[in-house]
Amino acid sequence: MTEPTRTIAAPGGPADPPPPADKPVPQFLADLQREIGSGVTALSYWVGDWTAILSIDRLVAAAQYLRDAPGARFEFLSDLTASDWPPRSKRFDVIYSLYSISLKHRVRLKVQAGDGEPVPTVTVVWPSANWLEREVFDLFGIRFAGHPDLRRILMPDDWQGHPQRKDYPLEGPGEMLMENPLDWLNLKHREEIE
Amino acid sequence: MHLHGTALWTLHPALCTLHYPMIETYVIPLLKILVLLNAVLVAVTYMVLLERKVIAWVQVRLGPMRVGPHGVLQPIADAIKLLLKEDITPARADRFVFTLAPIVSMVPALIAFAVIPFDSEITLFGYRIALFVADVNVGLLYIVAATSISVYGIILAGYASNSKFPLLAGLRASAQLISYEIAITMILVSIVATAGTLSMVGIVKAQLEAGVWYAFIQPVAFVTLFIGGLAETNRAPFDLPEAEQELTGGFHTEYSGMRFALFFLAEYANMIVVSAVATTLFLGGWLRPFPNVEALSFLGFVPGWMWFLLKTFVFLYVFIWIRATLPRYRYDQLMRLGWKVLIPLALANLVVTGIVKVLL
Amino acid sequence: MPDSIFETSELVINMGPQHPSTHGVLRVVLRLDGERVISADVVIGYLHRGIEKLCEQRDWMQIVLITDRMDYIAAASNNLGYCETVEKLMSLEVPKRARYIRTVLAELQRIASHCLWLGTHAMDIGAMTVFLYAFRERELILDLFEEYCGARLTYNAMRIGGLPLDIPPGWDAKVRAFCDILDTKVNEYEELLTHNRIWRERTRDVGIISGQDAIAIGLSGPALRGSGVPRDIRKDEPYAAYADFEFNVPIGWTGDTYDRYLVRLEEFRQSVRIIRQALDGLPEGPIIGKVPRLIKPPAGETYHAIESPKGEIGYFIVSDGKSNTPYRFRVRPPSFCNLQALPRLVKGHLVADVVALIGSIDIVLGEVDR
Repeated sequence: MTEPTRTIAAPGGPADPPPPADKPVPQFLADLQREIGSGVTALSYWVGDWTAILSIDRLVAAAQYLRDAPGARFEFLSDLTASDWPPRSKRFDVIYSLYSISLKHRVRLKVQAGDGEPVPTVTVVWPSANWLEREVFDLFGIRFAGHPDLRRILMPDDWQGHPQRKDYPLEGPGEMLMENPLDWLNLKHREEIE
Repeated sequence: MHLHGTALWTLHPALCTLHYPMIETYVIPLLKILVLLNAVLVAVTYMVLLERKVIAWVQVRLGPMRVGPHGVLQPIADAIKLLLKEDITPARADRFVFTLAPIVSMVPALIAFAVIPFDSEITLFGYRIALFVADVNVGLLYIVAATSISVYGIILAGYASNSKFPLLAGLRASAQLISYEIAITMILVSIVATAGTLSMVGIVKAQLEAGVWYAFIQPVAFVTLFIGGLAETNRAPFDLPEAEQELTGGFHTEYSGMRFALFFLAEYANMIVVSAVATTLFLGGWLRPFPNVEALSFLGFVPGWMWFLLKTFVFLYVFIWIRATLPRYRYDQLMRLGWKVLIPLALANLVVTGIVKVLL
Repeated sequence: MPDSIFETSELVINMGPQHPSTHGVLRVVLRLDGERVISADVVIGYLHRGIEKLCEQRDWMQIVLITDRMDYIAAASNNLGYCETVEKLMSLEVPKRARYIRTVLAELQRIASHCLWLGTHAMDIGAMTVFLYAFRERELILDLFEEYCGARLTYNAMRIGGLPLDIPPGWDAKVRAFCDILDTKVNEYEELLTHNRIWRERTRDVGIISGQDAIAIGLSGPALRGSGVPRDIRKDEPYAAYADFEFNVPIGWTGDTYDRYLVRLEEFRQSVRIIRQALDGLPEGPIIGKVPRLIKPPAGETYHAIESPKGEIGYFIVSDGKSNTPYRFRVRPPSFCNLQALPRLVKGHLVADVVALIGSIDIVLGEVDR
């Protein structure tokens, strides 16, 4: 494993501030907590966005509840992505952004997964998750259990490594990071020697 | 030169022809063929420029402007470029057939010009010259036969390329051409029924006698022939087999250089043939507008062949105009149009023509 | 299809990365039975440049330049989405004048993007002339942008907190003149295509997808609206200055290619309406808000979406509060999610329809691959 590419000490995890006391929890989140119980480990609120942090085993149940419950009706999966927090033991955050076309509200779901830990797929709930999960697998290496067609999508099929991880160099393995003009001079010099 | 008294003819019957005046029998037809071939080939080459210019003007741009004033020398530049290109034949292609296919496409289009009448008779240097190479009394049948052979060129091209895409595209293209030929042939039969003769010159003379162009007597046939002509020459909106937006370049995918040029030119030659045939059959050939109206006889100043060329040019312009404007049909829609719309129309037209001819 | 008496096998055709059609490096592997498509497998990634990872090493301000290059047809929309997301993270307020001008720029981009879509879509189906006409209008828009910010394709036209440049004098008169021209031109396109029999036969009932399926498969933007779903972020979650303007959102009936075409054609007109209202009501004032010299949003993450010409473009940005680069920069590309629907749309259609459908979904590979 090469050095992390950041020079500042990596933060231990996302901020995820809890909702302020005077902010009422939306009804569908309260219903979700009642429905899923201990599956909802935390709620968070920041700049107008509500986030529910779930445990992996209750993810699909929560997703199905949110899609079908009359107070929630999140039939549109806006985005499915992941974040890498290397110092944490469960380094990956898989984030689901949901939108309800009928009720016009948004919510985010988050699960924490460790390296090598499979996350259940939500393609059974939202078929649009197909390519989005493929991309997360391709760029982060998170496997989705039950995905119909889990293979690389953006990188070539035989690529080794997962580029979006924090320990993957920006310039690619074994390449030179040509950010500095002096790097180009070094390159030219090397060619002249050879 | 008279050889009446001699018994030369007993040696070989063909020597009878030595009776006839040499110049009229041999030199003039030969000159006619030479002039016609050259004119057609030059016209076909300049059709390329015409198409590029007209489509450009429709699309609010200028077209070729650099080579020669306003791009007039562009076709020459194109011809030189294609002649100088590398001669590539696919590895396991049938070489003989591969080279034969463009020739089989081009030659029938050229020989179809033999019966197209540009004018009835003009006087030049004291000789009366009829401005057509031959007045075969089955002229129309001859043209149909000639253009039917050019379908073989496409099939042979697809087959000889030894590659599945040209083969499939070639089969598609030939299926399209054969389907539309049926409609066209039935239209031609209606015209023959109206005119009473298969000879091209005869049809124009029949229009002169009737005093009106057949386009006004047989409008349905006119439109159907035009649409069929679009499909026969693989022009938009029926150019799916050779459109670049399709997966392959059609039956001429593997062709490059002069062979490709021959296919290209064969398409334009076919276009000119179709336009000339349509002019002869429907627009009165070399007749001026309102041929029997004495009041407009001042239009007779313009010689007949100029009227002919003008009318043909109008058709060619409309061909190009349609290409610039319309989207193209999908293959199944194209076949449906040919079989389910044009053929019944042509049949109905034929039946009605027959009924009218019998009753009147 | 009746069971044939012949033994046929599937034909696998590769619509390779290089296309005569101008959609970029997209590869579709088609399995055909004769002319009908049995299945299509879309292979992307030929234009993947690692934008998300690159932005983790760039300043918050430098990233505006990079967002230009994703959907390069409608660059200002990408800029707008990014700037609004960071403004949301920082709880910055953008002055009213800046919001109005941003709206004008975004709507001009919408028109420009739809011009290109119309030209390429029509050319794929065979009507070559519309390509030239649509690009003529796009050139006018590019000239407007060149006068505003100096660039024709990648504008870098917005900053976090507002705009870098105020509109040059006389610019709004030119935009108004352009709007008048465009009104007549859209009628011209309609004349050429909408009632053209061949166009209708090529686009009617091609690639039908119902509203439910479209939502499930993740379509957004005009492709979703063509299926009858009334979803437009400009109306549902207004951003920039859209709440101040009156405009309609066109919605289709059946969800076929023809409906998507009509939706985008009507969006031309609605965009013109918005631009006119924005220019009429353009307030005076500063064009950039109170932005700290060094942009460092507090630690937190957010997701913000805007309506780009292709669909919902969303930015998910995580800031760790300490460094001057984002911790995680994620773009939710509308073309990527719309392209997912392609295998489902082309099933059962003929080969000639595949090109029409790719054009109908309106993708740009820069965004699909990032």
